[in-house]
Amino acid sequence: MVPILFFIAAFGAIGGAVGVVMLKNPFFSVLALVGHLFSLAVLFLLLYAEFLAAAQLIVYAGAVMVLYVFVVSYVGGADEPLDDGGGAPRALAPIFGGALLAVLAVAIGASGLKALDSEGAELPAGFGEPAQIGDLLLTRFLLPFEIASFLLTVAAVGAVILARRRRGLEPIADETPTDEGSS
Amino acid sequence: MDIVWYVALSAVIFSIGAGGLLARRSPLVMLLCLELMLNASNLALIAFARMWANVDGQIFALVVMVVAACEVVVGLGIIVALYRNRVAIDIDELDSLRDPTEGAISD
Repeated sequence: MVPILFFIAAFGAIGGAVGVVMLKNPFFSVLALVGHLFSLAVLFLLLYAEFLAAAQLIVYAGAVMVLYVFVVSYVGGADEPLDDGGGAPRALAPIFGGALLAVLAVAIGASGLKALDSEGAELPAGFGEPAQIGDLLLTRFLLPFEIASFLLTVAAVGAVILARRRRGLEPIADETPTDEGSS
Repeated sequence: MDIVWYVALSAVIFSIGAGGLLARRSPLVMLLCLELMLNASNLALIAFARMWANVDGQIFALVVMVVAACEVVVGLGIIVALYRNRVAIDIDELDSLRDPTEGAISD
């Protein structure tokens, strides 16, 4: 059962990743990434990371992807030609990807980790459950937890400052209120 | 399933993401490829957490998720700001910081 699920999810994940890279329309790329994230959540469940699988679905496939879809439709995701020149650096991208895969494969093969060829160590009770994750986040990993919340606040403020309308760069006609005080 | 399968899958997804980051021109799709790479690293972290039966790797993956969310928020904010200032949403056009005396690399 587990191998069947693994291979279904693995093909889904790789198919989603290839779809993100190969599809012309950015909107379809986002949808391919949603499929990829669902497959990854299944893989997380197979690795006994229940809390992370749920967080993946809620945070990524839910919130982040909605943000992407919103921006794609706001900016107007036009079809992008995949192979209209761009010259040597862009044509070398698949070769670079293949070379990176070869390096990673050598790194995995030569790592000498004997446990890689096993199903993993014996699991303690409650491994990866929300109770254990929450307990660790509030005791041993309290500092990373607080830093993460601070980072999220900084990112939210930064995004608001980045995306607000700037005055003075160029006159925007519809921004200045015209009918106030005219009558 | 042996752990090596998960790690190999993570390597494949990371390579696809890295290749796509170089191949695509739209900043939106480049951000999506960054997500692919971050997710591949998450899969490797969780696989190793399973290998040692230690939850620390899962906490690390959670932090990576937070950083990815921040990266998405700031990256999409930059794209919206570009769009508002009527700049082309194209990596090849965004070369204001490039050395003007140097010839174009791509031609």
